Amino acid sequence: MKKNLLLKSALATATMTLIAGAAHAEEEQDRTAPASKEQTIGDWKFDAAFLFYSESDSRVSAIEPVFNANKRLDEDEYLNLKLTVDSLTGASPSGAVASDQPLTFTRPSGNASYTVNANEYPLDDTFKDTRAALAANWTFPVSDMTKAGLGANISKEYDYLSASINGNISYDFNNRNSTLFAGLSYAFDSIDPVGGAPIAFGRMQPVGDPQNKLSDTQDKDTLDLLLGITQVIDRESLFQFNYSYSMSDGYHNDPYKVLSVLDDQGNYFDDGIPVANVLFESRPDERTKHGLFGRYKRYVGGDILDVSYRYMTDDWEIDSHTVDFKYRFALDNGDYWQPHVRYYTQTQADFYQPYLRQDQPLPQFASSDYRLAEYDAITVGLEYGMKTAAGNQWRFSLEMYNQTPTEPEKYGALQQQTLLPDWNAVMLRVNYSF
Amino acid sequence: MKQKSLLLLAILGFSLLSGCSTMGVDAWEKDLLAKPEMALDEQPLTDALDDHIYFSKEASSGGRAYAGGGCGCN
Repeated sequence: MKKNLLLKSALATATMTLIAGAAHAEEEQDRTAPASKEQTIGDWKFDAAFLFYSESDSRVSAIEPVFNANKRLDEDEYLNLKLTVDSLTGASPSGAVASDQPLTFTRPSGNASYTVNANEYPLDDTFKDTRAALAANWTFPVSDMTKAGLGANISKEYDYLSASINGNISYDFNNRNSTLFAGLSYAFDSIDPVGGAPIAFGRMQPVGDPQNKLSDTQDKDTLDLLLGITQVIDRESLFQFNYSYSMSDGYHNDPYKVLSVLDDQGNYFDDGIPVANVLFESRPDERTKHGLFGRYKRYVGGDILDVSYRYMTDDWEIDSHTVDFKYRFALDNGDYWQPHVRYYTQTQADFYQPYLRQDQPLPQFASSDYRLAEYDAITVGLEYGMKTAAGNQWRFSLEMYNQTPTEPEKYGALQQQTLLPDWNAVMLRVNYSF
Repeated sequence: MKQKSLLLLAILGFSLLSGCSTMGVDAWEKDLLAKPEMALDEQPLTDALDDHIYFSKEASSGGRAYAGGGCGCN
């Protein structure tokens, strides 16, 4: 019910926005499309974006404003500064399975508890966070055919700090029809979970009792490598091909995710402790990912076709395929409509387990995080873009995201429950470039 | 094994591309490709917002750009 209301209100808002956009377009039908503003040396160019994101069933909601400032320092030299704020509220799946009995869980702080009704999918509603991120990038020419870039990012939220630096170089050749790109990024993350980082497979304890948690800060290092080539095919089209490599080392657990311990009947195993029998998850402390990405972009008599495909594989045995399709229909007045479809599918991590069984030995690693399960996802969206008389650009977009997991194997009492429900999200975005 | 075949595929991809050195156009034929809407990074803010959403909700990230991260996103 709630989900429908939310979808309806988001759709209504978007429709109004689009109607307003269309009315505006009609009004200015006879005006010739203004050219994009030329950014001369010394000029600043600004972009602002606002994202509203909302998941079904009172799960996560986010608002995310972004402000970007770009200064042209010289012919081929730019400084870019970006500030992002990300404010989240709502509830997130805890990883526990539903039961025909009410379940009590201790909040991450260890100071309070919450109860999930019988036959309800367990969500942890403690979740509330604000993140602020700042990024700075400098691009500059090295020689006639070579450009380089240096950047730094910092992102801070209540329980998480991330800092990264990156550098890249690109080289034009073949009459500037081909560009080779190489980039390297190193990130350092420092994690201070609320209530401390849980001990892997530690049993959740009642409020007031010592929790199975560590007091020290956890960290993670990530190294990313990106190699790419961009090639002009003909006057109307070009393609891009990337290989990416990512290696991370350190704390990979989600400190707020747990696994249910079940008996041979598919019910929570009763060990006498008065909170649901759940253990904190345990993931490997390393992950290596490889990715191939190809993109084709074509100018079609004023319209633009933009398609891409990505294949990713990692040593957690997650393979994924992503296909993305955008087509920009140009209108006579310079405005445009752009439908967007994205399809994503992934296999599950080798240590993904929806629950643990008391009568079976504990594995080395296990997580019931729905994001490590097998699922398909589809995004469908529509964007409307228009330019003002001064050459500034507005873009409005509404997108729907739907994730459809493969329901894991169940037994006994568990057969009455949905372990991985489908879920949706609405994304409403407004961009303004000036 | 999978990683080896992936590496081979990547090498094959790049060598195919280097065979593309005959592709392309002359400088005066780049009018359409030079349009801002034909740039591959035409909408960096939108791309970054999308990357952040999918990074938070899906197991794979990156590919087009760096894999990103830097948040304990639920």
